[in-house]
Amino acid sequence: MTDETAHRSVEAVWRLESARVIAGLVRMVRDVALAEDLAQDALEAALQQWPETGVPANPGAWLMAVAKRRAVDHFRRAERLERKHALLAHAAVVDPSAAALDAVVEDDIEDDLLRLMFICCHPVLSTEARVALTLRLLGGLTTKEIARSFLTSEATVAQRIVRAKRTLGEARVPFEVPSRAERTQRLSSVLEVLYLVFNEGYSATAGGDWMRPALCEEALRLGRVLAGLAPDEPEVHGLVALMEIQASRSAARTGPRGEPVLLLDQNRSRWDQLLVRRGLAALERAETLPGPPGRYVLQAQIAACHARAVTAAATDWARVAELYAALAVQEPSPVVELNRAVTLAMAHGPHAGLVLVDQLRTEPSLQGYHLLPSVRGDLLARLGRAEEARAEFRRAAALTQNERERALLLRRAEAAVSP
Amino acid sequence: MRFLTMIKMDEGRMAGPPPPALMAAIAELGEQATKDGTLLDQGGLYPSQAGALVQVSGGKVTVIDGPFTEAKEVVGGYAMFQLRSREEAVEVGRRFMEVHALHWPGFEGSCEVRQIFDPGDFGQ
Repeated sequence: MTDETAHRSVEAVWRLESARVIAGLVRMVRDVALAEDLAQDALEAALQQWPETGVPANPGAWLMAVAKRRAVDHFRRAERLERKHALLAHAAVVDPSAAALDAVVEDDIEDDLLRLMFICCHPVLSTEARVALTLRLLGGLTTKEIARSFLTSEATVAQRIVRAKRTLGEARVPFEVPSRAERTQRLSSVLEVLYLVFNEGYSATAGGDWMRPALCEEALRLGRVLAGLAPDEPEVHGLVALMEIQASRSAARTGPRGEPVLLLDQNRSRWDQLLVRRGLAALERAETLPGPPGRYVLQAQIAACHARAVTAAATDWARVAELYAALAVQEPSPVVELNRAVTLAMAHGPHAGLVLVDQLRTEPSLQGYHLLPSVRGDLLARLGRAEEARAEFRRAAALTQNERERALLLRRAEAAVSP
Repeated sequence: MRFLTMIKMDEGRMAGPPPPALMAAIAELGEQATKDGTLLDQGGLYPSQAGALVQVSGGKVTVIDGPFTEAKEVVGGYAMFQLRSREEAVEVGRRFMEVHALHWPGFEGSCEVRQIFDPGDFGQ
């Protein structure tokens, strides 16, 4: 084995274990920055020793043991310094005895991981910081990989992570699972971060940087981890279901020349049935839990309607329209309303959709949104109002940023003729 | 990226069911991989006696009923993982085989670790 392959093997093992090791360490030392430093020390030790000795039978326990020893050393040093300077370091509140450190047992690691997820997505942090910290500490991504995924510089990401850790320290964010009252809001912050990471990867075009599709997989993986840690939360299963089903369409979303293929035009035989099955199973878990469906469960239910339809024509549009109506109540937004209009038209004819679209025409946030005139043009064309349809397609063409879409809209404008 | 791991062994040599301790250890590995969000699918296979080989030779398709006596090693089970590198997949395979070495005296076999072609790999 060459040095480089040995190095890569150690790093792979590290990645499989790092989130658990860091989570356990944060509980011990109550400091995210220190915990990550100690974990890095353990990785260094592994990089030195494993190529000689081989990977130990239980690498996670080995890494944890080394990190714990480093933690004890750290606190002894800090204690000595403290006596010298009679200063009160924040570390002084932690019991540095080996017994206290040993109290961190395997069983608690699950809780520690959940706490770490909540900390990484804490509201004192900016969204960007939450994303970077989550990918770093829970995903085990390097700053370089995070930078590449988000098309930004390594220095920016490194700084973002350092600041985030400092902010958490200064705010004295406790390492705990939030109380009942706070939990819903804090959980939705975690879900938001995961879905944001997923979408960052999902919106990347095919043939692009491999790191971006890998973001989808990582978000999905972290969602599954969270579902194991918080199995009683329907929205967690809802988000997992939504991501599994969306990911199942990856291969069908782009045509042979990399052009986007819309949902209803996709070749459904290219949908990944393993992911569809996993998504439907996750949705079923969400649906068996009590409480009204939240935004992720509703979106997953909509995705499931499509996943269950063998052909686009077989879609249960009445059900989809119902779900959009429920989603519009949960999460009132003009874009959701526009989607609801499209599904109403599919379920009950173009006129039903047009009534709602016309109400949206004065919506300020939709003024530059090309899909509004595009949808309206489509409905008008189907109603035989060719002149108006043409004007709407042209308006949409002028608004879109996408060349291929513009060409398509202009073709539709040409094709709209009076009956 | 996705990987398929397949455990292969000499059916004649490893006759009889695997020891319960091994089954427990395998279940534990599976549980951990599920918690880690990496295990997508898995399954154990009936002995090759229950299977068949559909072969093409000289342009002709023939069906041969199991057991696969000609084969040195026969696939006994598979698992599909979503992982981040080939090295991670090798580590997963290593852990799987470590528990075999530990809990099944005299066990000989191998775990084939293969990356699954991704639709996104086309045309790149």
